[in-house]
Amino acid sequence: MEHLLELRNLSIDLPRGKRQSPVKLVEGVDLTVRKKQNFGVVGESGCGKSITCSAIMGLLSYPLTVGAGSSIRFLKENGEELEITSLSPAELRKLRGKDISMIFQEPMTALDPMYTIEEQINETLRFHTSLSKPEMHEAALAMLKKVKIPRPEQILKDYPHHLSGGMLQRVMIAIALINNPRLLIADEPTTALDVTIQAQILDLMNELRESYDTSVIMITHDLGVIAETCEEVAVFYAGQVVEQASVEEIFRAAAHPYTAGLLKSVTSLGGEEKMLYTIQGAVPTAGNFGQGCRFADRCEYCESRCRESAPALTEISPGHLCRCWLHAPGKEAAQ
Amino acid sequence: MKKLLQTLRELWRDPMGRISLIGILLIILMAIFAPQLSHFKPDKMVGMPKASLSAQFWFGTDNYGRDIFSRIVYGARVSLQVGLIAVGIGATAGYVLGLIAGYFEGWVDRVIMCLMDILFAFPSILLAILISTVLGRGLVPTMVAIGIVNIPVFARTVRASVISAKGLEYVENARSVGVKTWPILIRHISPNVVAPFTVQATLALSSAILTEASMSFLGLGIQPPASSWGSMLNEARTFMEQAPWMAIFPALFIIITILLFNIMGDSLRDVLDPKLKL
Repeated sequence: MEHLLELRNLSIDLPRGKRQSPVKLVEGVDLTVRKKQNFGVVGESGCGKSITCSAIMGLLSYPLTVGAGSSIRFLKENGEELEITSLSPAELRKLRGKDISMIFQEPMTALDPMYTIEEQINETLRFHTSLSKPEMHEAALAMLKKVKIPRPEQILKDYPHHLSGGMLQRVMIAIALINNPRLLIADEPTTALDVTIQAQILDLMNELRESYDTSVIMITHDLGVIAETCEEVAVFYAGQVVEQASVEEIFRAAAHPYTAGLLKSVTSLGGEEKMLYTIQGAVPTAGNFGQGCRFADRCEYCESRCRESAPALTEISPGHLCRCWLHAPGKEAAQ
Repeated sequence: MKKLLQTLRELWRDPMGRISLIGILLIILMAIFAPQLSHFKPDKMVGMPKASLSAQFWFGTDNYGRDIFSRIVYGARVSLQVGLIAVGIGATAGYVLGLIAGYFEGWVDRVIMCLMDILFAFPSILLAILISTVLGRGLVPTMVAIGIVNIPVFARTVRASVISAKGLEYVENARSVGVKTWPILIRHISPNVVAPFTVQATLALSSAILTEASMSFLGLGIQPPASSWGSMLNEARTFMEQAPWMAIFPALFIIITILLFNIMGDSLRDVLDPKLKL
């Protein structure tokens, strides 16, 4: 395996008891994250992007489970290949915080109000290294300097409520990167921050990614963040990847009507005033997808075939995948 | 420790909390200094049987001529001992079970909570009687029985707080950096359980004292010649008309103690609930 992370046919099940088949919240997701790549995942709330990443961390909360036939493979630093879906809880723990780290959306609530910043950084170090207390202090201090926190000595002694959101997010990044992970999952890291701080945090992340050689999966619903940070994007809709391509390709020639809709609904500063574009309708509930394309009801190009059978994810140009009948091969022939 | 002092200080600021604190402190002092406070040995016949109130026998004497005041003072020891140890047993077991059930969910949760529901289904006195029939009579079996009766209430309280704390982002964050299960439970989840747990403990304390009194009244708890407020009531039953003081004073002390613990539980809830703070 040459890539850092490979998801193959990943599905996430919500069991409905013994007699009924489980609801598939995420279905047939194939993703490949290369070494040192910045990978973007876009989609609206509830489309399955966050639980996909929880699955990568082995952190799916009860009662969600990874479906049969799913594979999540991760390449460790020493070249060892791991199948995350079949690891024991103890092995997963060794992986989390060491090889794969995560940054959460709300820095204000992601740190325990009971403990100082230093104690929380040490918690990560304690489980993955055998550093002594003074060494941990040094490591924490050095890490805070790297995320450009002023007065790091003081901040280490502070409690989370003493710091602002932007500072806390820097602390979160410090905690996530302190063990030099190979993969960083950032679950909407800038959503809760105001715009100027957002830009600072994104710059910081870009900078650190280069110095640490870490791959990043950036989960967001903000295409602006994707444009600024990522190389490749996967667009999620209703638990499936509907389009995947390089960032330039997506912004230049979005193929799937949903992606096109997302791009049209981006607001821009200083542009002419106009009504904000909206995609009609709402996302269907998981479990009621029907047999056709999941986007059919909201799609302006919907035709009869879209309601009859679901399109497959096909390559429409090198490196550009799209799940839509409009771009399916042999479209003319089928008609 | 700092938090405990702060909680006590806030409790003191609340008028009802202050009353309950002083009252409970007096009862504790009474239990500790029982030998100094009482003029007589609690199980010695020191006067005429059923003597009325007098300067010598403040609360009168019972049917054997034992000083009721001395017996009540010594009885406070039994009541507090039963209350504390029984609640200790129930709270500890309930805490561990609730923590496990709430955190792991799934079948572990279902098995534990099913057992708790079965225990819950019995009226507490009935269950305590059942257990003490198996364990035998006396102080220790009574405490164990009342302790077991208290387990499900604590398990439920703790489980509910754990489930709500588990969804907190910092708990998820701790998991995402590879912290082991027990450190997460102890360091990050337990602090969220403290407030409801403490309130529940004070309320359980008063109900444990009442259960002991009821069991002793029924003749199952503390055995003579040792005295407990409940067993004194039991003995007084037959002499209600000739010597009402035999029943009135133990009953009064049961009522006051339970009331004090309930008041403390109430004001403790106000003090510990962050939502009620401005």
